[in-house]
Amino acid sequence: MTAMTRDETQALILEVLEAYPDKARKDRAKHLAVNDQSIEQSKKCITSNRKSLPGVMTVRGCAYAGSKGVVWGPIKDMVHISHGPVGCGQYSRAGRRNYYVGHTGINTFGTMNFTSDFQEKDIVFGGDKKLAKLIDEIEQLFPLSKGLSVQSECPIGLIGDDIEAVSKKKGKELNKPIVPVRCEGFRGVSQSLGHHIANDAIRDWVIGNRDGDDSFPTTPYDVAVIGDYNIGGDAWASRILLEEMGLRVVAQWSGDGTLSEMELTPKVKLNLIHCYRSMNYISRHMEEKYGIPWMEYNFFGPTKIAESLRKIAAFFDETIQANAEKVIAKYEAEYSAIIAKYRPRLEGKRVMLYVGGLRPRHVIGAYEDLGMEVVGTGYEFAHNDDYDRTMKEMGNATLLYDDVTGYEFEEFVKKIKPDLIGSGIKEKYIFQKMGVPFRQMHSWDYSGPYHGYDGFAIFARDMDMTINNPCWKSMQAPWLKAADSESQTLAA
Amino acid sequence: MPNVMLRKNDNGDVLFYVAKKDMEETIASVEMNTAETWGGMVTLTDGSTWYIDPISPPPVFPTTLRFKRGDE
Repeated sequence: MTAMTRDETQALILEVLEAYPDKARKDRAKHLAVNDQSIEQSKKCITSNRKSLPGVMTVRGCAYAGSKGVVWGPIKDMVHISHGPVGCGQYSRAGRRNYYVGHTGINTFGTMNFTSDFQEKDIVFGGDKKLAKLIDEIEQLFPLSKGLSVQSECPIGLIGDDIEAVSKKKGKELNKPIVPVRCEGFRGVSQSLGHHIANDAIRDWVIGNRDGDDSFPTTPYDVAVIGDYNIGGDAWASRILLEEMGLRVVAQWSGDGTLSEMELTPKVKLNLIHCYRSMNYISRHMEEKYGIPWMEYNFFGPTKIAESLRKIAAFFDETIQANAEKVIAKYEAEYSAIIAKYRPRLEGKRVMLYVGGLRPRHVIGAYEDLGMEVVGTGYEFAHNDDYDRTMKEMGNATLLYDDVTGYEFEEFVKKIKPDLIGSGIKEKYIFQKMGVPFRQMHSWDYSGPYHGYDGFAIFARDMDMTINNPCWKSMQAPWLKAADSESQTLAA
Repeated sequence: MPNVMLRKNDNGDVLFYVAKKDMEETIASVEMNTAETWGGMVTLTDGSTWYIDPISPPPVFPTTLRFKRGDE
């Protein structure tokens, strides 16, 4: 199938919207758009970060998911208490595959679930006493934790518990930072507000801790990797490239990160930000308060990596710039071989993406390096500034969908018939049963890393083994297939 | 009266960022932009106007300032 024209794409959107009642159609129409690279501002063609319509199937998360699951959760040497009923923490436990090194339960706590397990009496009489008791128990059982964070679940805000007071009191007693985070799930329209709340909590409780303390020896080449959650080891694959360039990575936010790394981040010379959506707030804050510049980079696919390495190097002196070229040259043979191997197998394949807040635009470069084309992309919880950045990356007349509903996504796929879909676990089995190759682009389908040159090799292999998997030829039941070929032979 | 984060982009233009509105625009013109004062009516590239009482000496970017809507 050749690329769709603008009119065809527009017609497709209208056709899909047909099924809705008038009011819903009017609302959903604002979230679906045909990409037009000539438009500078996305707000003219697409609406984002609005409440999902009741009744449609959305895949968004909540503020607690954004704060505990994304931003705070990966900080490995802190204990993150899921304060409230047991389910929120238990059913999201260790689901995000933020890799880390350390002894879980001794000095790192990433995959563990700590919860105050609210019961009826805690809702009626308040849970502050329970929280205080819980903090004491954690201190007794896990004395090597460097700090605690209290991640509120919905009831905390509803019953008006004063977690700040408990945190302050206990923090003084234990002489450890205890960070109350007001990330109750009902706040905001998606996990995006949870990211913001988590960033604000870091700003208020962590960032300033080492102000006026110059005991940390700095170098002119200190950088922090921000917004890399080390899914399947992503941050490690990024970090080695930066270190080979001669930069010193002081902090990783927050995949495989520690509390002290975060406290030291205001001492760095440059903040490198991968996930713009979830961590731009803290980068903006550090720029304002400490004068640390920040830049967005992209480590998906060799073209974007080279571009980003050069852009990063431009912030530093000539040695670093020369090193950046050396790094690119060093890996050239490696990634050229990968492209030579997989490009012929993947050339011209069409991809539809629907991920969170960054990858729908960041991975486009990596697919293009493999000769593939992204024909539709969309975000669960992006804001206008994300779409501003996306529209330049996407081809003309491609499809954009914001907070796409289950129905719309299925219909789009039926009409566009992509060769691959990249989305999450909630979409995976629907599309696989429809016979469309599928990769989870949140968790890398339990593979990874995908960042950096090392990650690109894995990325290319994974895409190939998904698209060119022989199983897609076996989608039809054998007896139906036999009938098909029989009738064909009869006809012939 | 939103809080606006002002920062310079790579080209030296001043970006006008309102977090609550996800608005990231470039400032097209500022009424008073001299060595002594900065402020007055501010026009953005999307055509909207905002007002801030002139500040002297001029603020150091990046910074956060409170603006009023220009049409108020």
